[in-house]
Amino acid sequence: MISVKHVFKTFGSGAAATTALDDVSLEVARGEIFGVIGQSGAGKSTLIRVINLLERPSSGTVTVDGEELTRLSPDQLRLARRKIGMVFQHFNLLAGRTAQGNVELGLEIVGVSGAERRRRSLEILDLVGLADKAGAYPAELSGGQKQRVGIARALAGNPKILLSDEATSALDPETTRSILDLVKTINVQLGLTVLLITHEMDVVKRVCDSAAMLENGRILEQGSIVSLLSTPGSRLVHELFPLGEIAPHPGNTVIEITFSGGSADRPVIAQLARTYGLDVSILGAAVETIGGNQAGRTRLELPGTPLANAAPIADLRGQGLLVEIVGDGAVVEGSRA
Amino acid sequence: MIDPAAPGFWPGLFQVLLVGTGETLYMVGVAVLFTVLVGLPLGVLLVGTERGGLFEAPFGYRPLGRVINRVLEFIVNLGRSVPFIILMVALIPFTRLVVGTFIGSTAAIVPLAVVAIPFFARMVEIAIKEVDSGLIEAAESLGATRWQIVAKVLVPESLSTLILGLSTTVTSIINFSAMVGTVAGGGLGQVAIQYGYQRYSTIHMVAVIILIFIIVMMLQGLATWLARRFSHRTRPARSRVAVPPAI
Ligand SMILES: Nc1ncnc2c1ncn2[C@@H]1O[C@H](COP(=O)(O)OP(=O)(O)OP(=O)(O)O)[C@@H](O)[C@H]1O
Ligand SMILES: [Mg+2]
Repeated sequence: MISVKHVFKTFGSGAAATTALDDVSLEVARGEIFGVIGQSGAGKSTLIRVINLLERPSSGTVTVDGEELTRLSPDQLRLARRKIGMVFQHFNLLAGRTAQGNVELGLEIVGVSGAERRRRSLEILDLVGLADKAGAYPAELSGGQKQRVGIARALAGNPKILLSDEATSALDPETTRSILDLVKTINVQLGLTVLLITHEMDVVKRVCDSAAMLENGRILEQGSIVSLLSTPGSRLVHELFPLGEIAPHPGNTVIEITFSGGSADRPVIAQLARTYGLDVSILGAAVETIGGNQAGRTRLELPGTPLANAAPIADLRGQGLLVEIVGDGAVVEGSRA
Repeated sequence: MIDPAAPGFWPGLFQVLLVGTGETLYMVGVAVLFTVLVGLPLGVLLVGTERGGLFEAPFGYRPLGRVINRVLEFIVNLGRSVPFIILMVALIPFTRLVVGTFIGSTAAIVPLAVVAIPFFARMVEIAIKEVDSGLIEAAESLGATRWQIVAKVLVPESLSTLILGLSTTVTSIINFSAMVGTVAGGGLGQVAIQYGYQRYSTIHMVAVIILIFIIVMMLQGLATWLARRFSHRTRPARSRVAVPPAI
């Protein structure tokens, strides 16, 4: 649905130039919720703004729904943008218009007639749960309500794609959850493809089917959450399931097990202790429900050197678990199950 | 010297003030109309043709945008820097061309509009620059044309500031309209000069000052009220009137 190929974006020139996007390629499938995470300044906003060409890439192509936006004339681009709704971190609502007026803006731009505009805007406001606030001005709404108006405005023109740049980062955790649930509902009900930018791992855990990690303008990893879970040494997975600092354990073996799907339900640790007579200590665990499935990581300490524990580790890997052997503060060996 | 005790003084004064006020309102009113019609687009273009503005590259030509910006800047600066009294005289051939004469209230409209247009254009420029660029992006993301952005975002969102700017502009037009009176442009200015100054009637002078003061006050009041009416930036003030305790 969205295909970004070899996009570079440089701001400024000469010595003052900053490369915000450095050979970024990205594929977002139809109907999925795709999350882009990265630290402040990583280039997330630049990336999302490149997708509807609010920011023109220095080079590379952006294709949305089969249409190569980077080749369109300004008039064609305006038409193409109507297929792409955008939600902003700071809402960007017109202060002089009511909630309904803001939602109608997109319809006015497209040229929808008055009666139809009112009907459609009220319908969308109802969908986002703001039917009773249609006549309120943005200054009279809470942050969460404003963002719902922002989402309603983006949806009014029946887009195929929703872009969201940190739509929840100005909101408290509870409001964030309700907005994310709304995004998920829309994604399911309207079959909308969603690309969302966030720096909160919780957002990815809660709604995303796929994710990409951006650092210094480069994509480090991308793929479906499921496939990332079975990728050894995945930074994204490590950040999704943080286990904290690793203390040195001389003479012992520390391993990290990533499990997902069916393997999550098996009593892996008990089995290990029973079969090999090992005193297994659990150093840390992080478990979440992702896409309706349990997934997580556990850090275990096994007595003896990694060599001495070769058999139990091989056994775990044989069960389809991703096992990484951890040294003093770092993964020293990882391999695909 | 006019004698206030002479018969017919007060009805005469009343008559002169009525005509003068009418002429002033006429001159100022029509001049304001032209000022808005020309100054508003001018101000929008001043901002728009700047680097990164909406009209940075009209018809796809970036140099064209730059040239338009330079020319408008030049015109506005010129209009703002020439003293009014000089502008008025310098414009006489032009006024005669447009109106047919350079004497009277209708002729006075020309220099009034010419001086007010650049003034108001700057006010528009300031007001529009205050509009959050995020709002422009939001409209762009919805597929808005440049003119739709001007009509649906820039102007409505800066309406309060525009109204206050217009009110300041109108005040200065009233100011200048009095100066036009000194060269037979009519209006309250001419009353003050003809009766108050040349014929030493303090009563005429004071009456003109009071009338102009009242007009300006009413204008300011109206502008403030309208600006508040169109500003939805803050939550509406809750009633601060306490419920009187039951006795
Ligand atoms: N218009 C611009 N002009 C110059 N540099 C810019 C511009 N926009 C972004 N940058 C630079 O590009 C880099 C990436 O910025 P971007 O806004 O995409 O980061 P981000 O990942 O969205 O960060 P945050 O989480 O803080 O929003 C930064 O170094 C920033 O300074
Ligand atoms: Mg950002």
